[in-house]
Amino acid sequence: MTVRPDSARSPSFSGMGVGGFQPKALSRWRRLDHMWLLLIGAIALVALLYFGLPQRFGPIFRFIWGTFTEGDGVFMTLKLTVISFIFILLVGMVMGVFRVTSNPVLQWISSLYVEIVRGVPVLVWLLWIYFGLPGLLQLKIPDFTAAVIAFTFAYGAYMTEIFRAGIQSIAKGQMEAARSLGMSYIQAMRYIILPQAVRVILPPVSNEFVTLLKDSSLVSILGLADLTRRGREWVGRTFTSFDTYAAVAITYLILTLFFTRLSTAVERRLAVEKR
Amino acid sequence: MADNIIEIKNVHKWFGRIHALNDVNLNVRRGEVVVIIGPSGSGKSTLLRCINHLETVNSGHILVDGVDLTAKTTDINAVRAEIGMVFQQFNLFPHLSVLENICLAQRVVRKRDQAAAEKKAYELLERVGIPEKAHAFPGQLSGGQQQRVAIARALAMDPKIMLFDEPTSALDPEMIKEVLDVMLDLAQTGMTMACVTHEMGFARAAARRIIFMDAGQVIEDTTPHDLFASPKNERTRQFLSKILAH
Repeated sequence: MTVRPDSARSPSFSGMGVGGFQPKALSRWRRLDHMWLLLIGAIALVALLYFGLPQRFGPIFRFIWGTFTEGDGVFMTLKLTVISFIFILLVGMVMGVFRVTSNPVLQWISSLYVEIVRGVPVLVWLLWIYFGLPGLLQLKIPDFTAAVIAFTFAYGAYMTEIFRAGIQSIAKGQMEAARSLGMSYIQAMRYIILPQAVRVILPPVSNEFVTLLKDSSLVSILGLADLTRRGREWVGRTFTSFDTYAAVAITYLILTLFFTRLSTAVERRLAVEKR
Repeated sequence: MADNIIEIKNVHKWFGRIHALNDVNLNVRRGEVVVIIGPSGSGKSTLLRCINHLETVNSGHILVDGVDLTAKTTDINAVRAEIGMVFQQFNLFPHLSVLENICLAQRVVRKRDQAAAEKKAYELLERVGIPEKAHAFPGQLSGGQQQRVAIARALAMDPKIMLFDEPTSALDPEMIKEVLDVMLDLAQTGMTMACVTHEMGFARAAARRIIFMDAGQVIEDTTPHDLFASPKNERTRQFLSKILAH
């Protein structure tokens, strides 16, 4: 950490809405260690089960994890989560900017979208888009596409709110300073507001990613061969519910712990860069 | 007429039920340094912010270098690029280094390449006296240093006019001078400047004109010497007696 002595004296000013990194720096180091230990512990537990009880757990893990070439199990879960999340970020950013513009039509579109989508469970969106829409449109939507659309639609609304809050947390003077230099609204957003907002919203955004990773298990009802679906199939064949679902659970845990660590690392990097 | 770089004609501005600017008329000539004083809430900051369209006027016209800001066809971004603004709260971009703070608008607005923008930035940092801070971030600078970077950032656009909105009000006393020195230097180079400030020393040294505003109106428009020596208006006298008493 580049904690410089002179930065401690710097006066707080309105443009520093992103601040507050310095005092947390040390305690974050400690927390980091604990959480890494938890991740390592979870991985060690899997190794213990896999190699210690190979007959009991070996086939379970091999089946539910799937293979890269097949793109099933863990690979399906990750593919679905990452692809959906890219679209979710795009929707959230655009709709979030709409929400804070002075254009009432764009504001209204964004608010309406958020209010409607937030009020319906993700599972219902998923069912409706996969089973309901094809009947109306007279065309079959592939299950993976349907899942990406449903997640983008549903999570986009939460992401809109996160972006809106992030943008609004940046002091008004930042936009004024950028505009006073002759930048257009879009240039000011792109170069000044969004880069600062992204730093602010990184924790809630990565939280959304982890939540999505878990909610992606909902697609197992569409027949998509994700981690959860593979687990259910294995239980159907072998009736080893306790072992199989335990294996599924710990696999999700490892994934989520890993991505949480990753986001914390990125957050720290950005905090250091800013100084 | 052509010599008036700023023309403010019959401007009214309302904030809800508050009449912030009440029929303001004011011309600023090229190269003139105008200091605007007045009690808090008198509309002086609002007037300054109207000149680069950060606030829109309700009626009347503001012409900057002959361009009417209130006309629908006016490209406000092009006009703003010609007007530098320095804020009370500095408003530096905290995620960018000092160098990038000064270079960004040069690149995206003036379309200069990075090398030209950096050359300009270093020249200006030299001029405001902190060339060694080019790679520091705003959070590592003192208030006075930040404000000097903010001035350099505005000057990098080669503006025709510089607006200062209480540039020293957020500074610790020992940092005020370093900012005023930069402003004084700027005034001597012939820059057109409009400054809302309560630094009477600066007004005396740099300004040819001083304007006293109260309740959204221009009450007096005279030279600093005349204003301090013989204020014509009772409100001006009261105000001056308060700020000059101690």
